[in-house]
Amino acid sequence: MPDGSQNHFVQLEGLKRYFDVSPPWLVRAIEGKPKQIVQAVDGIDIEIAKGETFSLVGESGCGKSTVARLVVGLFPPTGGRIEFDGNDMASRRSRAETASLKRRMQMIFQDPYASLNPRWRVFDIIAEPIRAFGLSKDRADLEKQVGDLLRQVRLTPADGRKYPHEFSGGQRQRISIARALASQPEFLVCDEPTSALDVSVQAQILNLMVDLQRRLQLTYLFISHNLAVVYHISTRVGVMYLGRLVEVAPTETLFRRPKHPYTRMLLDTIPDLDMTGRQRSPVAGEVPSPINPPSGCTFHPRCPFANERCKAERPQALPIEGGTVACHAIEEGRLAVEDRTY
Amino acid sequence: MAAASNNPPLLEVRNLRVEFPTRRGTLLAVDDVSFDIAPGEVLGVVGESGAGKSLTGNAIIGLLEPPGRIAGGEIRLEGRRIDNLPYEEMRKIRGARIGAIFQDPLTSLNPLYSVGRQLIETIQTHLGLSNSAARTRAIDLLKEVGIPGAEMRIDHYPHQFSGGMRQRVVIALALCAGPRLIVADEPTTALDVSIQAQIIALLKRLCREHQTAVMLVTHDMGVIAETADRVAVMYAGRVAEIGPVRDVVKHAQHPYTKGLMGSIPSLGVRHERLTQIDGAMPRLTEIPKGCAFNPRCTVHGARCLIERPELMTAGSSRAACWRHDAGGVGQPVSKEMVDA
Repeated sequence: MPDGSQNHFVQLEGLKRYFDVSPPWLVRAIEGKPKQIVQAVDGIDIEIAKGETFSLVGESGCGKSTVARLVVGLFPPTGGRIEFDGNDMASRRSRAETASLKRRMQMIFQDPYASLNPRWRVFDIIAEPIRAFGLSKDRADLEKQVGDLLRQVRLTPADGRKYPHEFSGGQRQRISIARALASQPEFLVCDEPTSALDVSVQAQILNLMVDLQRRLQLTYLFISHNLAVVYHISTRVGVMYLGRLVEVAPTETLFRRPKHPYTRMLLDTIPDLDMTGRQRSPVAGEVPSPINPPSGCTFHPRCPFANERCKAERPQALPIEGGTVACHAIEEGRLAVEDRTY
Repeated sequence: MAAASNNPPLLEVRNLRVEFPTRRGTLLAVDDVSFDIAPGEVLGVVGESGAGKSLTGNAIIGLLEPPGRIAGGEIRLEGRRIDNLPYEEMRKIRGARIGAIFQDPLTSLNPLYSVGRQLIETIQTHLGLSNSAARTRAIDLLKEVGIPGAEMRIDHYPHQFSGGMRQRVVIALALCAGPRLIVADEPTTALDVSIQAQIIALLKRLCREHQTAVMLVTHDMGVIAETADRVAVMYAGRVAEIGPVRDVVKHAQHPYTKGLMGSIPSLGVRHERLTQIDGAMPRLTEIPKGCAFNPRCTVHGARCLIERPELMTAGSSRAACWRHDAGGVGQPVSKEMVDA
């Protein structure tokens, strides 16, 4: 960065994405109904340092997957900025420059059954990014690269001749990872990479991801709803609720000293092996519709600490203990921060 | 609520075998599975996809999809054999004596009928109440499962409910006729974590109040640890280990259970790497000789390759493993030990 302040590898500033989910124009005109807009991502700020794993957690519909897609450019943002290694992704640049930026970021998707083309051989699936970005000299070089990639994810070069249906879910996710690594990226966006897998296979994939990160100095944006997985893999964690970030903190701080009432609620709900026989108090209420989110702090209808100010005024993210939290009760000191043990 | 020895079990499953005839030969999907469930007890059944846990549940409620069929063994409910009943007889038991809760609440409700109509139909089929009495009972049930505004919500259709509320309706449907046993197949898998906790708490409370036994089939060990009294771990169509939940979680005897427990990320301790079990569960067509787990097992011996282990007493539970004492009987399997 020109001003010499802390150099963030990936930076999201006031990122917004709205979706128009209105019925067709004619239906609206006849029924006299207004447009319906889902505020899937409603102004979030994230900074990711090089080599770290930043995780986004939240329940379905909180907008975490939309953030992932915005970051890699699968959706254009409605507002805000995405900066990648000092380059504003929205600024105009030549095709070649765009390609060289896009090469450096790749995505791993949730469903290894849907994200691989069933009619392509594994070799071609993995070779596609190498061909698209022109990263190989000749056929022999291409074959060598694909073979190396397959070995890197603990498959064998001979597996390249097979089709995706010949592999189990965990092996397919390895193929997705090999494909994501094919363009030698520095930044990987992983959207629930293990939630379709069994626990023992999930452990294999998580271990592989940690090994690869160390070997290739990768930076991860990791999206998950599973807090235990997030705790295991992350450097820092952001908690999302209805399109907004309610809390960001280093992993240990977030899990040992959670601040936002929603974070505390999420942590209360994790069934943990060590909790055998322990009683928990489940939290009442559900996530409201993002089409018509509650006023003020969107969490106030479910929050036991909400007051009039929470209903009226949207809380801003304030720095606290190395992270940020957006909560009036914390700001005013109404809600004390306590240590937790597990 | 462990099974008291003087009480006869509510459900007895003995040497159950479920097979699928295919062109390439018969596949044995559930192989010689035996367990009991006592009245009011929650038995958790865990395992990875394809371990045969859902098929065991479906065999008990008599809803095996053809060509799947029960090839051997017995299922007894309150001492009465139910695995060989004709379809119509089984239909009367299903719903009245055994309730079922499935994974996806949207597909287990009829989208064309209001939830009230579905509840009332079930109540009248099994209890023979009048229209108004059935409706009153339906409203009471909806209140009991925690649906706010039950009087109004009873006339709503399934699509008007959220996922968590739908699963509550499905639980109400399962409880309609006051069954003695509920077979819950992945009841919380399709739900968000905060809703999941609500549904588990609800299921636990209702079963305690009604003294209903539950067979809880899930792949989520956390849910089992919190809900079940005993747990059966299934692998490749067989029970690998069965015992009180605390013992299985903390002092697993079967190497597969140990690996499974170690591979679950925990909030207590953070590790560089999770324990991983290399490889994958064998396909039904290529189940290895001897112990089905032997290719992935780190402690297997010569006997494991030849002779199939039956369930044997191991510590305070029962494990199907020749080498269950290899890691030291009664030693707590802490994460550190597994990692070392």
